[in-house]
Amino acid sequence: MTETSASGRSAATADPIVPKPVSGTVDYLDQRVGAASMIKGLARKIFPDHWSFLLGEIALYSFIVLLLSGIFLTMFFVPSMAEVHYPEDALPVTMQGIEMSEAFASTVYMSFHVRGGLLMRQIHHWAALLFVASMVIHMLRVFFTGAFRKPRELNYLVGFSMLILSLLAGLTGYSLPDDVLSGNGLRITDGVVKSIPIIGSYMSYMVFGGEFPGTDVIPRMFTLHILLIPGLILALVALHLFLVFWQKHTQYPGPGRTDKNVVGYPLFPVYMAKAGGFFFIVFGVLALMGGIMSINAVWNYGPFDPALVSAGAQPDWYMLFLEGSLRLMPGQPEFVILGWTLSLNVLIPAVVLPGLLFTFLGAYPFIERAVTKDMGEHHVLDRPRNTATRTSLGAAFLSVFIVLLIAGSNDLVATHFGLSLNAITWALRVLIFVLPVVVFIITKRICLALQRKDREVVLHGHETGQVRRTADGKFYEVHQPLDEYERWIKVGHHVYRPLQLAAREDANGVRRPGGHLDNLRTSFSRFFYEDRVEPVTPTEIAAAHGNGHAEITEGEPTHAGELTSTGGTSR
Amino acid sequence: MSDQHHSSEVGRPDDDGGAMNLPERFENPGLEPHRHRLGDSDPKIAKRSERQIVFIFLISVLASIGGLVGYFLIPVDEPNVLNVRLSTLVLGLGLGLGMLGIGVAAVQWARALMDDTEKIEDRHPMSAGSAVQQQAFEMLRDGAKEANVARRPVLKGAVGGALALAPLVYLVPLIGNLGADWDISKFAHTAWRPVRGGDPEMYYQGQFRYLALDPQDTRIRAADVTNNNIVHVIPRGLPEQEHYLEEKAKAVVLLVRVDPALLKESPERASWSYDGIVAYSKICTHVGCPVALYEQQTHHLLCPCHQSTFDITDAAKVVFGPAKRALPQLPIAVDEEGYLYATADFDEPVGPSYWQRER
Repeated sequence: MTETSASGRSAATADPIVPKPVSGTVDYLDQRVGAASMIKGLARKIFPDHWSFLLGEIALYSFIVLLLSGIFLTMFFVPSMAEVHYPEDALPVTMQGIEMSEAFASTVYMSFHVRGGLLMRQIHHWAALLFVASMVIHMLRVFFTGAFRKPRELNYLVGFSMLILSLLAGLTGYSLPDDVLSGNGLRITDGVVKSIPIIGSYMSYMVFGGEFPGTDVIPRMFTLHILLIPGLILALVALHLFLVFWQKHTQYPGPGRTDKNVVGYPLFPVYMAKAGGFFFIVFGVLALMGGIMSINAVWNYGPFDPALVSAGAQPDWYMLFLEGSLRLMPGQPEFVILGWTLSLNVLIPAVVLPGLLFTFLGAYPFIERAVTKDMGEHHVLDRPRNTATRTSLGAAFLSVFIVLLIAGSNDLVATHFGLSLNAITWALRVLIFVLPVVVFIITKRICLALQRKDREVVLHGHETGQVRRTADGKFYEVHQPLDEYERWIKVGHHVYRPLQLAAREDANGVRRPGGHLDNLRTSFSRFFYEDRVEPVTPTEIAAAHGNGHAEITEGEPTHAGELTSTGGTSR
Repeated sequence: MSDQHHSSEVGRPDDDGGAMNLPERFENPGLEPHRHRLGDSDPKIAKRSERQIVFIFLISVLASIGGLVGYFLIPVDEPNVLNVRLSTLVLGLGLGLGMLGIGVAAVQWARALMDDTEKIEDRHPMSAGSAVQQQAFEMLRDGAKEANVARRPVLKGAVGGALALAPLVYLVPLIGNLGADWDISKFAHTAWRPVRGGDPEMYYQGQFRYLALDPQDTRIRAADVTNNNIVHVIPRGLPEQEHYLEEKAKAVVLLVRVDPALLKESPERASWSYDGIVAYSKICTHVGCPVALYEQQTHHLLCPCHQSTFDITDAAKVVFGPAKRALPQLPIAVDEEGYLYATADFDEPVGPSYWQRER
């Protein structure tokens, strides 16, 4: 023991590489928790740089802001549904002497009589909106660039779970002030829960401790909102970040980037400054928003009263798709079967449809892996155009989501644009089926067209706008060939082909086992990869250059014929 | 980086004279040569960046001080809305600019002054290979062997059974208590239910509940209900009742007087209205929002939450939207003095559907 500590101390003191306080601290920690090897492993770890990698950081930082502002709020909020009268001498004047729950009274009181109380409430609400928004956009980035592929499927599921938890956090937090809007939100939740077959009525009792609204729901939501859900999110954040470190970050395709390396800047100092600084930027922007932009001024709505509702009310944006889904559904499919009521007009939009949407999101990495049968690790991201079917599926999914968002504000659309509410609703009822198909087809065409454009640029270079005339009177435009670094971005990707499986029956007419599943897999695979554009090969570029192109390419006007002849799509 | 050497082999068909020995695919050319910033070579520009960064940090310091000063200078004890606004604004600006300044300065520091040459680190496959896997399997096998569970099915069963049952002693009391008395038959009744020996202030003949204005809780004379105007109604005396909010959540009613000639009433409900005055549950049959909007021209009731639309003149049946069932009707009559009372409770549960609704 004495030997190691002596040698440790001498190493720290004799060596003037870092200032003494630093070496002293590191030495102290190293001898107790092995800090030196942690620093060795982490300090100069390389992370790739791209603006889209900031999206997940925004989510993380707005979560930290949520925790900080939330701690402030819990000091002054009273999670109780006991009836009180708002003090006669407190602001705002409109609430003086009104009967209300303690939850509502404490929310209003902290807004007017706690310095910074209103600021923290507004920061908390804006941060919640930004938290979910940045998670969703981060997830879209991960989806469209294929960052979910092996080995990151599990981390994708961790992120997916955090998204679901954040929706629950939003729902429970929105209910706490006990104002008219949040009470109606809870009432809608109650109606949805009751529609669940067999156990729905009992689940409603479970949530409210009896009939709606009861006196239990706000203390219960409070515990979920400030303890259980953030605790789970925090644990998943830790796991998510650990896996990002452990597996190293993905990188965008580019010269020098491969699946076997990571190109970027070291954690210390570049990302300590950039990512650390970005936390302060997110916090600063949210604090400015909280300081100058009013949100959820609950005293304007008043305390919850089950007889009141306001027209044009909207839930927070991340719940809007559910609201829209409820609004779109026609009322007919409610049935009474053998005396039991099956309320499909609520169950389908509020439970089945979101269930399908989220199942698609959660299962997608596994679906794609099944159709590619790709066993390799992927650390270089896809350009969305190069995975036409995935990109189109994602765009179609988004179009459904956007239709639901618009449906959730159909009353505002009607009043702002002077349109018939019923006509809007009917149009959206049609669009929710038609639009994803149209969006899928158009997106796929755009992706394939962009791939063809890449081929053309690689083969013939960039247009320069310089038109020249040859001695014999011919005009041509000068094309600037790509350098090898730019070209690599357009030709470096892998193109999957549909799976080819052995015939279902062998030479003797005996059926192979597992034929049905394989057939499904093959047809899925064909759906994914039948249409494709192969990247340009060295042979093709040589042929194109030999075809009358000099080093500074002097092309004939267009080469549409060449494209198809060099094996564009397989169809 | 060694990839860079391959680049000269491709895309130069003139050099090697034919396409035959070209590779199948292009090779990764390796990292692009690094482009240095002006500040890397010109100390003046680097110095200017440094001054910028210091300046931004300075803004942050000033903003933080300003926020703190604002906290102490602006009182919120006096009832003055202006002070609340000012306090929120000053604290928000102080906190916001204080944080933002640090962030912008740090990022600018990283961008302008820190070394920006890209570095490369190798990746290794997640799996350490089949040899290590083999070792892991062996360890698991040895551990299992040492645990001596093989060929002891009863022991395994006992472990499983104990593990499955023990959490129930936590979960059953937790969930069992959450629903209080679990008596979902309460959904089917409201405060309009006739009683015996009720307070004559609240109940006509001590039996039938009077209609009262929400929130004034005063009785309603039929003659005072003007044509085509909506009246928000609660049972008389409800605010003093136990479980006021739960009862109100079920019992709120809308009262409208329409031209009796417009009313399409079924014979069995002929006695449920009085002189063109009809009373319907205010709770939407979709998911339970208050159906609060009345359109006088069409006699339609509209739920602002999901736009279910009900026709007042036709038994409040659904004409549009996601609700399926009509709003339940409250049968009403007038006493000797002309005050409205309910002759019975709703004949069906109000509000959203649930599995046991028809039972």
